[in-house]
Amino acid sequence: MTPRQAVITGIGVVAPGGIGGKQFWQLLTDGRTATRRITLFDPSSFRSQIAAECDFDPAAFGLTAQEARRMDRCTQFAVVAAREAIADAAFEPETTAPQRLAVSVGTATGCTISLEREYIVVSDGGRDWDVDPAYAAPHLYQWLAPSSIATELAWLIQAEGPAGVVSTGCTSGLDAVTHAAGLIEDGLADVVLAGAADAPISPITSACFDAIKATSPNNANPERASRPFDRDRDGFVLGEGGAMFIVEDREHARRRGAAPYCAIAGHASRSNAYHMTGLKPDGLDMAEAIRSALDAARLNPDDIDYVNAHGSSTVQNDRHETGAFKASLGAHAYAVPVSSIKSMVGHSLGGIGAIELAACALAIRHNVVPPTANLETPDPVCDLDYVPNVARELPVDVVLSVGSGFGGFQTAVLLAGPGASG
Amino acid sequence: MSAVVTGVGVVAPNGADTEAYWSATLAGQSGLRHTGAEVPTRSPIRVAGVARDFAPKRHVPGRLMVATDRWTQLALAATAQALDDSGIDLDAVPEYERGVVLASSSGGNEFGQREIQSLWAQGPRQVTVYQSIAWFYAASTGQVSIRHGFKGPCGNIVAEQTGAIQALQQTGRLLARGARVVLTGGTEAPLSPYAMLCQAQSGWVSRASHPERAYQPFDRGAGGYVPGEGGGVLVVEDAEQARARGARNLYAEVAGLAATTDPPPSSGRPPALRPAIETALAQAGTGPGEVDVVFADAMGVPDLDAQEARTLAAVFGRRAVPVTAPKTMTGRLYAGGAALDLVTAALAIRDGVVPPTVGVVDPAYPDLLDLVSAARPAALRTALVIARGHGGFNACAVLRRVER
Repeated sequence: MTPRQAVITGIGVVAPGGIGGKQFWQLLTDGRTATRRITLFDPSSFRSQIAAECDFDPAAFGLTAQEARRMDRCTQFAVVAAREAIADAAFEPETTAPQRLAVSVGTATGCTISLEREYIVVSDGGRDWDVDPAYAAPHLYQWLAPSSIATELAWLIQAEGPAGVVSTGCTSGLDAVTHAAGLIEDGLADVVLAGAADAPISPITSACFDAIKATSPNNANPERASRPFDRDRDGFVLGEGGAMFIVEDREHARRRGAAPYCAIAGHASRSNAYHMTGLKPDGLDMAEAIRSALDAARLNPDDIDYVNAHGSSTVQNDRHETGAFKASLGAHAYAVPVSSIKSMVGHSLGGIGAIELAACALAIRHNVVPPTANLETPDPVCDLDYVPNVARELPVDVVLSVGSGFGGFQTAVLLAGPGASG
Repeated sequence: MSAVVTGVGVVAPNGADTEAYWSATLAGQSGLRHTGAEVPTRSPIRVAGVARDFAPKRHVPGRLMVATDRWTQLALAATAQALDDSGIDLDAVPEYERGVVLASSSGGNEFGQREIQSLWAQGPRQVTVYQSIAWFYAASTGQVSIRHGFKGPCGNIVAEQTGAIQALQQTGRLLARGARVVLTGGTEAPLSPYAMLCQAQSGWVSRASHPERAYQPFDRGAGGYVPGEGGGVLVVEDAEQARARGARNLYAEVAGLAATTDPPPSSGRPPALRPAIETALAQAGTGPGEVDVVFADAMGVPDLDAQEARTLAAVFGRRAVPVTAPKTMTGRLYAGGAALDLVTAALAIRDGVVPPTVGVVDPAYPDLLDLVSAARPAALRTALVIARGHGGFNACAVLRRVER
């Protein structure tokens, strides 16, 4: 019996620079950046005052007044992306038994925008620790427990199988999709609405990255601030948004005549057990995840046509993963194009892993590799081919996407297009 | 491949370690208290399960105390117990084959409230360097991984009270794909003022002020549940490997797991609890007649209690299986809730005793449920743990005694 395999048959994206998969791909292949001075709140008292924001009006994307009220911005991103993914896959939920439909959604910061906004009210501007119930919003509990995002998605797609949130910080987006692949491979579901979203551009989240100087203070030049692998980078730039997918069993997709973008061919995660935020430059733990994902996919390093890097634009990360690619891919690390779309859409924490997988699936579909924007003067320690500034046309069948996050988590995912052997 | 529980650790309102919790539970000693001065006077919630005997400084070094929320401190304490209980020699397990998959439902509540308070009262420079690593939902998983050198796959599930059963499902998948030992379970610390206010808004939390009457599931007086803090961590290994290393405890085999989601109330479709139970039993190859005890979800919300009671009667027959809810002595612990129920089921199987449900004085479903109200000795081979959560989550686990 052929083992079950998860394939991606639908994609929806909410990303900075234009909502929807089409706009997203246009931004990436143009090499444009969507980073700017923060408009979602007044950032003037913050060290980092820039971010990649979505121009997102819930009503314009079909959310009703009540949906917009009860859903945090993060949930709204997930729902809008999910609707696009369902339409893109031409998936009709009624045709699949509800018990065989599942949801796996990633987020790092959940509904913090709503929690913070309402805290200001119930604490009267941070004065009262003993918060005032008279000013409590009715949906506070859904925001405290971000599993509400999974509920909204389950109701949207009429899923009655397993539903949950995978929250592993900045690897959440990749981990939620690999969790979905696991549900398919283990036969626990036939179709999973999977992906991730985050809306972290808020005072509290900005302040916590300010405190550890992780975000870029390049406030004078926001559109040039996210510059992975460039010698002059000085931190990551916050982003927001999400991407959702229809992930389904290959056989299920075949039966309904859906043409997959790609298969989720292999995946693995490892941890560094070293430090909550620190990374060693050797990248050995990420390399181990990559090797294990290759084993699972029965692929060799040479099979990889494109590497979608974590590329967060911090010195520590960029050197760490460059080390990881060399340790896991050997000589091929120097031959394969590597790029980071965070240079254009910022780092949306748990959301970005899914957005990056969307970019990978589209790279396979269009045989185009998105560039690393703002890469002008490479860091001498980062000596791979990072596809500076201009998208590149080439045959793309197998893509590696990696993520690295607080907690020490390292995840590697391999996508294989229809042209890939095996 | 089959997964077995080889170590357990607990921090609960009625006991700060496994044996203290278990003896209190068997004796029917509740950890629910009037919150009094310990939590805010303006909170509409009057009763909670506070882990009073938990002394975090005994378990967590000072440098970690300042960098972690209480929820993570609970996880670190439960983890240390579980590893100790398992007797596993971690040096004999390759570091990339040690995984951690925990559940978390609301993250670092008290830490987060304090930092948002500082931000809005005093400005962004007052936010500490630890907010970024203490508040987020995966903080406990990360700290456990680092503290014990677990470099294998790590995960974290948010699925309200069902999270720990979904985490156990992921644990099984990791073991099947090469992990040798996985720490799983979960904890929660939801008793800080803002978190309490958020919970009160769900409409499911009891506003009663007498601890004995605040959480009475399956009782005619049921008026919601009581929140509590704590949880459990389990060491789970492949059965053959555990035997091969001569594991001192083989509490139970993880025989069946399932998770489902209720359709929206407006759909007219039935809730998905029954398929969750049936799928877990089918996976375990167990008929309803072979289940010796059910650890009920016992929400304490009348219509949800009615759903659960009717579902149990439909699957097992009326009063056909002992049903219990020891969480009446701890309150609902969210991510820690199903974790603690899994540990409790493992201990019940080990000792051949069904722990009681307390506080039920006027049973609402006496013809449907054999609700155990005092510890009942019984030869237990198979236990079913049920968890449900706000938002329509259902999950079930079947644990089975390991025959030596």
